[in-house]
Amino acid sequence: MAIDLKTVKHISKLARISVNDEKAKKLEKDLNSIFKWIEQLNELNTDKVEPLTSIAETKLRLRKDKILSENIRDEILKNSPKDNKDYFVVPKVVE
Amino acid sequence: MSNITDLSLNELVNNVKSKKISSKEITKAYVERSKKSNKLNTYIERTFDNALKNSEKFDNSPNLEKKLPGIPFAVKDLFCTKGVKTTASSKILENFIPTYESTITQNLWDAGAILLGKLNCDEFAMGSSNETSYFGNVISPISDNLVPGGSSGGSASALAAKLTPATIGTDTGGSIRQPASFTGTVGLKPTYGSCSRYGIVAFASSLDQAGPMTRNVKDCSLLLEVMSSFDPKDSTSVDFKRPNYFTGLNKNIKGKKIGIPKEYRVDGMPKEIDKLWEKGKEYLKDCGAEIVDISLPHTNYALPTYYIVAPAEASSNLARYDGVKYGLRADGENLIDMYEKTRSQGFGEEVKRRIMIGTYVLSSGYYDAYYLKAQKVRKLIKNDFDDVFKKVDAILTPSTPSSAFKVGEKSNDPVSMYLNDIFTVPVNLAGLPGISIPAGLDKNNYPLGLQIIGKPFDEQNILNIAYSMEEKINFKLNIKDWWIK
Repeated sequence: MAIDLKTVKHISKLARISVNDEKAKKLEKDLNSIFKWIEQLNELNTDKVEPLTSIAETKLRLRKDKILSENIRDEILKNSPKDNKDYFVVPKVVE
Repeated sequence: MSNITDLSLNELVNNVKSKKISSKEITKAYVERSKKSNKLNTYIERTFDNALKNSEKFDNSPNLEKKLPGIPFAVKDLFCTKGVKTTASSKILENFIPTYESTITQNLWDAGAILLGKLNCDEFAMGSSNETSYFGNVISPISDNLVPGGSSGGSASALAAKLTPATIGTDTGGSIRQPASFTGTVGLKPTYGSCSRYGIVAFASSLDQAGPMTRNVKDCSLLLEVMSSFDPKDSTSVDFKRPNYFTGLNKNIKGKKIGIPKEYRVDGMPKEIDKLWEKGKEYLKDCGAEIVDISLPHTNYALPTYYIVAPAEASSNLARYDGVKYGLRADGENLIDMYEKTRSQGFGEEVKRRIMIGTYVLSSGYYDAYYLKAQKVRKLIKNDFDDVFKKVDAILTPSTPSSAFKVGEKSNDPVSMYLNDIFTVPVNLAGLPGISIPAGLDKNNYPLGLQIIGKPFDEQNILNIAYSMEEKINFKLNIKDWWIK
């Protein structure tokens, strides 16, 4: 399954990473060499194998639905890339 | 007395406890040496003044019951440290100052340790040579222009160069063991679930584990004891009775069965590594262990499996870097444009490549062919280990298929770079503990390591085997301080 330039542009759109034509060509080359190498997995018959989704055999634990940290708005907003003491600021979303 | 920075972690602890050396003296020695070692580019953030203040504070009312009393530590910049910049070596987190502390670093500070600074690594821990960092390559103290390995390259370099008495790294596919092997140091990746992942910048959550990097096995057991804890804040942290790895350390490995997997003898592997492996077997026999030939038939498929599973998880984990709540934000014409430009400018080439791979294998129409397939092969790889561990107590392999390489030598060929982790990746896929110990030198006098793989939660056993072998190997890291003017 070769990956063409159109697919690279499509993946970059899905990944929300803009790429220019030059970068897309480089990625096309890299991804094809990586996936050609990955294809060797098809040598294995895995029809009857259960997928391994997690190494941890324990069931996820439940915890009390309790607030552990309160009044930390200022801390949370501290690393906000656009300064505002009350909200996170984003470009206009609704026209 | 010899130089303070020449002492091992355990020796420093003993000297502090017997009041022969103060925390301030130790901290000062490491700060001074670190200041003269900029050429290695190990530090991203230096907290030297604070470290000195904290060491004075410790000396004024020393608690000598602590396991790491007043010992300074530089740590990989993947661990969130409250109030201290944490970048994961990425431009996208260049100015990120966490408002919380990772559990692992908190365990260190609770044991009396003091933060020296944050160490360079591959961007988001994606790399095997520390060449993907936004803050530049790390140089190995072994030789000028040589990579220290990765992704915990800054940690390995700082440790080998004696800029920190011991350190911590993270290992998703070999990121502790491979750099340890390249720099002649000891590195252990614990069983998945042994060390908390809370507050570690996530790469591939089903594979990531933090672990100790030290100058010898004894130090390694001490540091693992401090690091490993049950943590309700990590949903995959395992609640088991943790032994006292340090006091439990011993050299009695008589009768232990050690497996030698034939699939780890790969094409093009230098003769020196084969020889080293043979020597390792002899040492084990000398210690009374029994050598057993074993087969792990799916070994060859581990790397391609890893390069589906890890990027898939990474593409999902790294979706959070969108320029909204923290990190870099690039201006865009609208919200989507802002996301795309932020991520394009904030991530480096290797990180983008892996996000693209991960997005592709999870995308509609390809999920079954790639991601589901990889999860099934991962099961086969785990079954291989489950089967052999019915017959053996541990497995001995080389740590890496080659010694360290020059800066730039492999950075243009992703697949050849990925092949570095051929012996370490299966251990992560199966969630097992593995330790790399220095075992010899190649023809260029570059260090080579051997890896011991254990059963889940059997860290004590692989530490004991490593401890026994270490004595026989008697490896000396002879580093001349060429980078200090």
